[in-house]
This record gives sequence, C-alpha cells and structure tokens, in this order.
Amino acid sequence: MTTIINVPHSLEDKSFELVLDQVAPLPLDEKIIVDTRHARWASPYGLTALLALAQSRAERPVLYVPEAENVSTYWSRMDFFKHAAELYELQGRVRSTKAAESSVLLEVTSISKSDDVHSVVDKIQQRAQDALVKNLNLDAKITMRFTMALSEVCQNIVEHAGRGGWVAVQTYTWRVRLGGRKVVVIAVADPGIGFRQSLESAPGFQRKERWDDGQALEETVMRGASRFRDPGRGQGLAGVRRFVGNWDGKLSIRSGTARIAVLPKGDWDEDEPLVEDLAYFPGAQVQITIPERVA
Amino acid sequence: MINHIDVSSMLRKSVCELYSNLVTRPTGAAVRCEIEQELDRIGDRALTVIDFSHVGLLDFSCADEIVAKLLLQYVSIDAPRREVYFVFRGISESHLEAIEAVLERHQLALVTQHADGESRLIGIIGLEERRAWEIISQLGAGASADVADAIGLTTAAAEVMLDTLWRRRLLIRYDNGYVAVGSATVPTEPMRLDA
Repeated sequence: MTTIINVPHSLEDKSFELVLDQVAPLPLDEKIIVDTRHARWASPYGLTALLALAQSRAERPVLYVPEAENVSTYWSRMDFFKHAAELYELQGRVRSTKAAESSVLLEVTSISKSDDVHSVVDKIQQRAQDALVKNLNLDAKITMRFTMALSEVCQNIVEHAGRGGWVAVQTYTWRVRLGGRKVVVIAVADPGIGFRQSLESAPGFQRKERWDDGQALEETVMRGASRFRDPGRGQGLAGVRRFVGNWDGKLSIRSGTARIAVLPKGDWDEDEPLVEDLAYFPGAQVQITIPERVA
Repeated sequence: MINHIDVSSMLRKSVCELYSNLVTRPTGAAVRCEIEQELDRIGDRALTVIDFSHVGLLDFSCADEIVAKLLLQYVSIDAPRREVYFVFRGISESHLEAIEAVLERHQLALVTQHADGESRLIGIIGLEERRAWEIISQLGAGASADVADAIGLTTAAAEVMLDTLWRRRLLIRYDNGYVAVGSATVPTEPMRLDA
C-alpha cells in the first residue's frame, strides 16, 4: 500500500506538523509519496525536515517535486534536491539553479561528523557578516555569537543523534508575523534518537514519575541536563538560549511528540513555551530565529 | 622560564592545517592533548602563556575541553598534576563569553592578560580572595601580612587565603611570599620558577 502525503503550500515549522499528522500513524515500512507539487515556499526548517522525514522511513519514499519553476529553482539553489535524490525517488522536473540567491547563508548541508561542523562554521563566517550586520541592522558582535550558536546546534547531531542530519541557514522577510521585518533562520534536523532517549542512555538514569518528550526537552533545554556525567556537558544549548535571549530571538526544539520554545522578549511571536502530544517524529528539529533590529 | 603556547598552532598541528576556529569537542580534546604534551616537555614547575590571539571562534564545547579541562588538571586543590601556572592572552570578547560560561560551570578562575599588560582575574572567586589577589598584584609581590593589613584579616586567615589562591594557581608561591600570576609574565623579563 502507498499513501500520499500532502505537503502544504507554505512549508515551515508549524505547517510541517500537518505532514507529520499524516505520516505518524503509518507503519515505517509503508511506502509514502510526499507530494510537494503545490508547494509555494519552504523555510530552512521545512527543507531540512523533509530530508529527515525520508531518513526516518524504512521504505525509500517518493517525492513529487514542486511544479512552480521559481520554487523548484530555489530548492535547487538550496541544494535540497542534491540530498533528496539520495533519500527519495524524485518524480517531476527538477530545475537547476540559475542565479545566485543572496538570501541563502548556508545551503542544506549534511552533518554527521565533527569535520562537517568545521566546514559549516568556516562557510558561514564568510557570509554572515554582511547578512547580519548590513541587512538585519544587527551589531557586529552578533557574527561570532551567531556562528557559535550554529556550531553548538550542529554538534548536537554529531554528539547525540546517533545518525546524520541537516542544517540550513537563510535570511528572509517575514511578512505576516513581523510586519515585513527580515529574519535570519537556522534550521537543524535529524531523525536520530531524540532528547528523551538520549537522556535515558545516561549511566544510572532513573525515570521520573512523569517522564516524556516534553520533560526531556525541559530538562535539557532549561536545566542543562545531558546524558554525560561530565559536568562540562550541557553548556551548548544553554549558550544558545543566552544568544537568542540577547538578540530578541526565538529558539524552538521539537523532539518526539513535544516542542519547547524559548520565546522572544518582544511580542513578535505568540508560540507556546511547551507544546505536547504532537504527532511522533524521531530525532530533533531545531530552529533559531533572529529578527532584524528596528530603531 | 615563561613558556608560550599558541593555541592556533596547536589546532593546526593536532587537527587540521586549514582550521582556525576552535569548534567541536573532539577538536578541543585534540588541542588540549597537544598542549598537555607541550607542558610535559617543560618541567615540573612552569609559568605558561596560553595565547588565543590567532583563534577565530571558540565555542562552548571547545572552551570546556581546552580551558576548563586543562585547568582542572593543574589547579586541583588536592592533587594537581604539576605546579603549572597559566596566563591567558589574546582573549576576545566572544572567546570570553564561552570561557566565562565554562569557568562558572566548573567553579574555576583564571588570569587573562591584555594588550596593555594589565591582568584580570575572571571566573568564580570570592570577593576577599579577589581583593587579596589584587593586592599582591599591585604590590608585585607580597606576603600574608600585606594582605592581612589591607583586608583586615588575621595573618593566619590571610595565609590560608593566599594558600588557597596558590593551590588554584592564581598566585605563585616563592620562599618569602607570593607573586600574582599575570604580574610576572612581562615577555621581556623571563622568570625562572625553579630558581
């Protein structure tokens, strides 16, 4: 049996839940067709999560590629199809990239080992200064902090996921929520063991009375818990939290059936700090959003 | 002698010629091992400058591996690996953010030295201990009586405090007193600790 998974026109962190609602009930070995033909836009989160979705399936899925030329071209420019071709059976016309897309800070990039993190950091440093300082009016100090945050969330894949994942970074104008303000978004997605299973693998781990994906996210993100006994562990995400707090940004992490968010001080986002009982999706999907500074 | 370790060189030597950023835990661990080997070559008692001047990015994982885990071996109050003192140079604002976070996590402190030669104590340290370190630093060298007078402690209490600062490798102990780490690292005036 084959099930068609309809992908919404606009594919980002929230609308990706609609995809997961369709996929989660299906057996892992059931063939799926991920239909993106009518997609009009995808955030870095949407693209990286689509790749993680394919990795999570036992049976190689089919991807119907977007029909709109500009969408297909853009996904090519983001290197999405380059990776998708290894995970999906692509059907439809994949258009090659034409012109350089200046809003792309980092194309969809595979992360599975420490060297990959070095490559990402080297690449982003060259591009981030202009994008963050000139285009988003952010203080020059942000470049190093931004790169540190990127490095830490990528390392989570290498250190904890148990399998490879993806990262992408892009700037764009957020028309609805920020009234035309620009944002820079880091998205990192993996289909690995996720936060709960990672903590459960800690030596001497004892399950609490209430223990679920939401608790695991709270322990890790808010209290710096780690599966390692080494007290030096767990600092990376704490640093990322400080970073988003200092720049009025937002950090959201989805793992298993829950999503936790460190919300901005400003009023540009109305997300809930913790959302539970979501459709199950393995691994972790991280999004960091930093908005343009306005006078 | 004052030894100088360029962290950027250690990175290129131990991990990759092309890297200039200290990111990822394996990279940090490799660099620390390289630094430890360097320290093994320089004797049981040494003052070492750890220079970050040519390091681009330092993330939290690397700061933990290089700075915290290095210090933990040498500043252990009970059983330090050897009598090695560290001064950290070339610390940028973004390096400092990562370093301060790991010092706080491990309850450590260290001395940084800036381009103007001024030394600062960063990390976790009590107010009176900081004051004692500053007094010794300002004096160039001093003994428990100097600190006792300035802070209003008994000489015995001041001696305990200075001994703690020595064990944390923030003061260098010599026959008649103490020298603050950082005040003894002017590059043109090498200092023999084993004299």
